[in-house]
Amino acid sequence: MKLVVEGVSKEYVGNNGEPVVALKGISLEVPEGEFVCILGPSGCGKTTLLRIIAGLERPTEGRVLVDGEEVDGPTPRLGMIFQDYSLFPWRRVIDNISFGLELAGVEKADRAATAREYLDLVGLGGFASAYPYELSGGMRQRVAVARALATNPAVVLMDEPFGALDAQTRNAMQREILEIWEKTRKTVLFVTHSVDEAVFLADRIVVLTARPGRIREVATFSEPRPRNRTSDGCAALRRYVLGLIDEGQGGA
Amino acid sequence: MREGFGKLWNGGGARNLRWAVLPILFLVAWEIAAILIDNPFILPRIESVASVLATPFASILGTGSLVHNASVSLQRVLVGFLVGAALAIPLGIAMGRWEFVEELVNPLVQIFRPVPPLAWVPLALAWFRIGLGSMVFIIALGAFFPVLLNTLDGVRSVKRTWIEAAMTLGARERQLLVRVILPGALPTIWTGLRVAFGIAWMCVVAAEMMPGTSSGLGYLILYSYNFSQVQVIVAGMIVIGLIGLGIDFCLRQVESRWFRWRELER
Ligand SMILES: Nc1ncnc2c1ncn2[C@@H]1O[C@H](COP(=O)(O)OP(=O)(O)OP(=O)(O)O)[C@@H](O)[C@H]1O
Ligand SMILES: [Mg+2]
Repeated sequence: MKLVVEGVSKEYVGNNGEPVVALKGISLEVPEGEFVCILGPSGCGKTTLLRIIAGLERPTEGRVLVDGEEVDGPTPRLGMIFQDYSLFPWRRVIDNISFGLELAGVEKADRAATAREYLDLVGLGGFASAYPYELSGGMRQRVAVARALATNPAVVLMDEPFGALDAQTRNAMQREILEIWEKTRKTVLFVTHSVDEAVFLADRIVVLTARPGRIREVATFSEPRPRNRTSDGCAALRRYVLGLIDEGQGGA
Repeated sequence: MREGFGKLWNGGGARNLRWAVLPILFLVAWEIAAILIDNPFILPRIESVASVLATPFASILGTGSLVHNASVSLQRVLVGFLVGAALAIPLGIAMGRWEFVEELVNPLVQIFRPVPPLAWVPLALAWFRIGLGSMVFIIALGAFFPVLLNTLDGVRSVKRTWIEAAMTLGARERQLLVRVILPGALPTIWTGLRVAFGIAWMCVVAAEMMPGTSSGLGYLILYSYNFSQVQVIVAGMIVIGLIGLGIDFCLRQVESRWFRWRELER
């Protein structure tokens, strides 16, 4: 399973009728099982790129291939975790997680077993029959992760899933997502605007420039996990990436 | 003195009974006025109305009992209401989901919506003759618009992220409609159903005053008027009010049980 992004550009029509270029010539290859972070300033087109890969939006130019097959619409092979909360508020946690299985026509008993498994995986075993409004922000995103994984997608796309969480919860969630990734070995594309988060998580960091988003550089990081945020390797990479971002914005 | 009143008003047991203050005052004022006016054809005494209400199974002026007429009215309103809602909900969902349907249907909706259901009475009689058909038509018409507009509103309030999340989980259009859009819109649709039932209930009473009717609470009221039985008229009005209140209460119970997520969603 391999994900290929080929020369993707996206142009919107702004509300004054002038074209807004959100992305320009993005090309990227992600081999199976890799954890890739996409890093860039606010408004540079990270969400747009992820939505194009997910098939929720069509690129103006270029295309996205999964295993050599062009993506032309949303598919359960590409799981997505959204920037804002996307759980169905009228469904219990367990029924949120089994939603995708329900759509696929999986038997009720199998559905329940699989949903349970993923519920346990994200550490919410005791909340099966709670409603989303009874959960904290961090717990909700964990349910969203479980829901996206339950249909066994080839690639998981995450759009700043921890952006709205406090620093402590955020760090805990980062450790957890790595544990889950190590267990499931999915290909992950993880959007963030936190350099720290990218350095802690990624095998590769794709740094985008400010609007229009282009690839500034792709940094590979092979430091073994679990990483120590304060190690020399992490510190050096953080400095390097921060330098790239400053340059990209015409600073020092 | 003022302090004493405040204490009484806010005191433990009184707090639960506050709602009763105005209705009791109203009844007292009614009784006093009835005694002063001293004319049962203008305002009957409470006792005479109460004695009608106390014998709900007794036949009134040969038109059947209160209970009989109320159940006839209820059946009519139920049929008309269901017909109206069954047409309005699918149409509202289609209008909310597909822009071309809205563009197509909206002008017609805007034109017919301000026409009161009762303005249709002559046409209803011409098309369906006297009887259940014409009444159902009028009641359904009264229920149709509030359900339609609330359904449309509800579908529009469905978050795009819910729809997109469902799509990435593999939902097709039909599954989106049934499993995301309908449940997401349901609380608002329910509000529409409640409003619609209130209107349908008013319509049924009015429709029963149409010529040729021979049963129902509306008929009972009109018939009693011809015999100057004002205490029956008032008793009929009270029954109409209580039934409307009771049904709204039931619909509200369902709302607070099933659709709590709408208020609690952050
Ligand atoms: N539907 C749209 N119509 C017009 N312009 C859009 C649309 N969607 C996004 N844009 C524009 O495209 C650019 C990129 O937006 P995008 O949401 O992808 O940024 P982002 O990197 O995810 O930002 P953030 O970090 O704040 O989430 C922005 O300038 C935005 O205004
Ligand atoms: Mg974004």
